[in-house]
Amino acid sequence: MEKVLMKGNEALAEGALIAGCRGFFGYPITPSSEIAEYMARKLPGLGGVFVQAESELAAINMVYGGSSTGTRVMTASSGPGISLKQEGISFIAEAELPCLIVNVSRGGPGLGGIQPSQADYFQATRGGGHGDYRVIVLAPSGTQEMMDYTIEAFDLADRYRTPVMIMAEGTLGNIMEPIIVRDPVEKFYDKPWAITGCKGRKPNIVNTLHLASDFLEERNRILQAKYKLIEQNEKRAETFLTDDADVIVVAFGLMARIVKKAVMEARKNGVKAGLIRPITLWPFPDEHFKKVAETARMVLSVEISMGQMVEDIRLSVNGRVPVEFYGRIGFTPNPEEITQQLLLLAEREGF
Amino acid sequence: MDSEKQVLFAGFGGQGVLSMGQFLAYAGMEAGKNVSWVPSYGAEMRGGTANCLVTIAAEEISSPLTENPVMAIIMNKPSLDKFEMKIKPNGTLIINSSLVDRPPVRDDLKVLAMPLTQVAEEINNTRGSNMIMLGAYLEKTGVVKVEDALKHFEKIFKGKKESVINKNREAFLAGVEYARNNW
Amino acid sequence: MKTVFKKPESLTDAQFHYCPGCTHGIIHRLIAECVDEMNIRESTIGICPVGCSVLAYDYFNFDMLEAAHGRAPAIAAAIKRLLPDRTLFTYQGDGDLASIGMGEILHASVRGEKICVFFINNTVYGMTGGQMAPTTLLGQVTTTSPYGRSKDNEGYPAKMAEILAQNEGSAYICRTAVNDPPNVMKTKKAIKKALQTQAKGLGFSMVEILSTCPTNWGLNPLDSMKWLEDNMIPYYPLGELKVKEDR
Repeated sequence: MEKVLMKGNEALAEGALIAGCRGFFGYPITPSSEIAEYMARKLPGLGGVFVQAESELAAINMVYGGSSTGTRVMTASSGPGISLKQEGISFIAEAELPCLIVNVSRGGPGLGGIQPSQADYFQATRGGGHGDYRVIVLAPSGTQEMMDYTIEAFDLADRYRTPVMIMAEGTLGNIMEPIIVRDPVEKFYDKPWAITGCKGRKPNIVNTLHLASDFLEERNRILQAKYKLIEQNEKRAETFLTDDADVIVVAFGLMARIVKKAVMEARKNGVKAGLIRPITLWPFPDEHFKKVAETARMVLSVEISMGQMVEDIRLSVNGRVPVEFYGRIGFTPNPEEITQQLLLLAEREGF
Repeated sequence: MDSEKQVLFAGFGGQGVLSMGQFLAYAGMEAGKNVSWVPSYGAEMRGGTANCLVTIAAEEISSPLTENPVMAIIMNKPSLDKFEMKIKPNGTLIINSSLVDRPPVRDDLKVLAMPLTQVAEEINNTRGSNMIMLGAYLEKTGVVKVEDALKHFEKIFKGKKESVINKNREAFLAGVEYARNNW
Repeated sequence: MKTVFKKPESLTDAQFHYCPGCTHGIIHRLIAECVDEMNIRESTIGICPVGCSVLAYDYFNFDMLEAAHGRAPAIAAAIKRLLPDRTLFTYQGDGDLASIGMGEILHASVRGEKICVFFINNTVYGMTGGQMAPTTLLGQVTTTSPYGRSKDNEGYPAKMAEILAQNEGSAYICRTAVNDPPNVMKTKKAIKKALQTQAKGLGFSMVEILSTCPTNWGLNPLDSMKWLEDNMIPYYPLGELKVKEDR
């Protein structure tokens, strides 16, 4: 199949169109703006709607409205913008509306910088906004996956009626790699709940206000049951050379590919290293850690943050194996420095 | 991975550094290889300097990033100052000597220099200096065969005017010629 | 027997929860009557705000969405663009529209979104217990302007109709009141004109409706009507501020 060279952000946007996304609402922010630019060029010709909103708040609420019509819609932003969107994401989660939210993430806190970062992990995996809710979070590691996971994200969103987030460190948005462009999606879902005008049926209401205590609790129980189901069905991870590994390195996104190289280099130097790469950040693929907690002597989390996913790893191995952390902010750890870390660990621990 | 080649392109904005890298990535892809192109973005982008890292490999590319490339194409002096110490031991620097007025400090590096401004003026195409440099680089390294790269000019420059494509091809060949005669 | 008066089809059987003397009920009914008369109930989608009218989705008998505080115009705009043949309106109070939602309302108007906005201005935050709103009048005492609103401290009350009328994207901007029967009838006329403006695709429309809040004003319903007339209308003059006849 013929490959085309595409930027990560463009592959993601094209993936959204392939998935039938026909509404994009966003606000410019580096390093995600190319997604909006791509959609602004393409959507009108496809009968879709592109609106550059006046703010991230307006953008996410346009997604709220757009999704309520049953149309596949999305927004994309980065750190500070994603923070602003949290109010709307909470509403969308409770209204059980499907949509895609993309975080091409940059360094924080505050205005931070526009360097690649994974420091929005907590925000993404803990719900982010107010109330008890979760968002499915997918973490691509390359340009092909920027497209493929976007297509998958729209399907997950519709299947579970939930917002889905794609979290990609900034580099992934900017990197160009050859990809195979997928065929247009043909499987769509019935949406009898959509707000389309009540012709021939009872009025539909999209609402998140539940003043009665009983009903509020009931709504929360319904949401939690759905999250349980997602946890059962959708945990995903990639493993590499974990069977005989003394040290398991854990990384997600592009970071995981860099770690993969370090794992190979470490092995050349006699250190048996392996990799677990969570693909779903929520639900976290904790089962993949059960086995390595029995066989490995150490786990090392490598993140472009000051240590966030490491907490989920610790919960997953539950004290059965020590978990260490290596991370940077403003820089993406390179293969050479991770290899160095692995060799140092091996020397210190004697394996 | 020995068959994996990574090359850094660095210069100031307007020298066509990013598109030089993109051309190489396209050419590598068309030649059936795995490629990745990573631009510098972020704080590095400010102040007018730009760089990108291209990886070309026969097998799957694990890390498209490196702190220590084996080879760098240095289009101006700030880029030499910034990257000289990061090149792998015994690596190679291809230097635009028109804009770099000092030799590298390190003595383990192989240096290939070209007075790019002069070469470009000779063919009356100062805007094509990035293609001149790319032609010289490919002729010297064979990362992608020169004839393969030439085959894909039309495709890579799809949508551009015929005259623009010809100008670029001419510049590319001037670089090939320079490398053949001087490197 | 001949029916001379009935509940509009566009209202459900649910009983309004509004305080005695509150004018939300009147305005809900006016909107419902207009929707019925234009025969657009099955293609109408309403967006209700955060504020006293947060429960409006229980009262209107068509598709409704309950918005986050101030965001109704953004939501309505997205729906209208995706479903251009439906009729979209937002129903917003002064805190929702003129304070936290100032950005959304201004830009919906700037972009000329083909939606109707029914803006209920009673100069005070009702649901949260009578705090100051952007439209609270100078000298007016509220729980958060206990010494009376002053131009030096809290600044001047926002004239939303005048502000929005300036935007090219606004096709119909009108201010009315519901303090007496003639004004109620004028309000209905304005609501219908706003809906017609949308039907013609002329642009953004807003009807600012001066309303009362007996509970938080500490007045009985009748005195509230009088207070509206004596204090609000002089600062917020009634009438059409913008009427665009064609595209």
